[in-house]
Amino acid sequence: MARYLVPLGIFLVLVVFLGVGLGLNPRQVPSPLIDRPAPTFDLPQLHATDKRISPEALRGQVWLLNVWASWCVSCRQEHPVLVDLAKSGVVPIYGLNYKDQREEALRWLEQWGDPYKLSIMDPKGMTGIDYGVYGVPETYVIDKTGVIRYKQIGPLTPEILRDTILPLVKKLNA
Amino acid sequence: MHKILLMLLCLAGWYAGPATAAEAKTVSEDPALEQRVMQISNELRCLVCQNQTIADSHAELAIDLRNQVREQLKQGKSEQEILDYMVQRYGDFVRYRPPVKLQTLVLWVGPFLLLAGGLYALLGFLRRRRQSPEFNTVSQARLDEASRILSGKENR
Repeated sequence: MARYLVPLGIFLVLVVFLGVGLGLNPRQVPSPLIDRPAPTFDLPQLHATDKRISPEALRGQVWLLNVWASWCVSCRQEHPVLVDLAKSGVVPIYGLNYKDQREEALRWLEQWGDPYKLSIMDPKGMTGIDYGVYGVPETYVIDKTGVIRYKQIGPLTPEILRDTILPLVKKLNA
Repeated sequence: MHKILLMLLCLAGWYAGPATAAEAKTVSEDPALEQRVMQISNELRCLVCQNQTIADSHAELAIDLRNQVREQLKQGKSEQEILDYMVQRYGDFVRYRPPVKLQTLVLWVGPFLLLAGGLYALLGFLRRRRQSPEFNTVSQARLDEASRILSGKENR
């Protein structure tokens, strides 16, 4: 009996492992920046290029940093979610316009709506590297003390917003 | 003669192929620096196309990161400092050869454990088979059949 049960057992364990492996998303690499201070930057604003902004200026509030670009197809997909979130006014969204052309970025916002308090320009992607960006769009939840508490790689969906981000924002604001 | 020439040409093509395909352009003029850039880039995983190093990949991010490696080398940073810089931002996964740590122990030791387990099972199986009566004894009927075949009386 055992001579059949042992291979069967091994097979079942293998099936479970492979099944779990199939469900994992290899794109979701855990970021080492979670629970670390958000890397600093000093970048010009997209609309008013003569003004600059750094994350220190945003201390004291919970905010989202959304990395986007007009060339990014998935950004189009998540955009309505951001626009709705901005309308609800629950949490301010700041945009990091990543490796983009200013004119195209402005046109994109005009065409699809601008959910951002303001967007900052990172044309060379240097701040992107500091934030470990590798799959635009990405969204960071940053708390009142300027610490990154969550990172979403890939487009936001209403489900992720409802189940993960909004409860986290609520908790951080409490 | 023609065949030999053709073969030589093919060989030359095979030899020259990878050399030109390796990199479209080197940004720096300094070949020694470029060699170090590629050497360090070979240690770093491109997170966009995860089974490639940033030395192999043509993804935008890989190009940016190679430039970053080059810039930091120019600033006199050591290889370890550059690797640390990348790990700080992208995590251990960015190392193409993951470091040996508590979290990666299964990764490093696991295959050897599996191999040892497999060898142990195989040896056990072989030993049990050698000791089993049916493996060691041959029935008289089989022996008779064998001698019949050997004596040539049986023709198939």
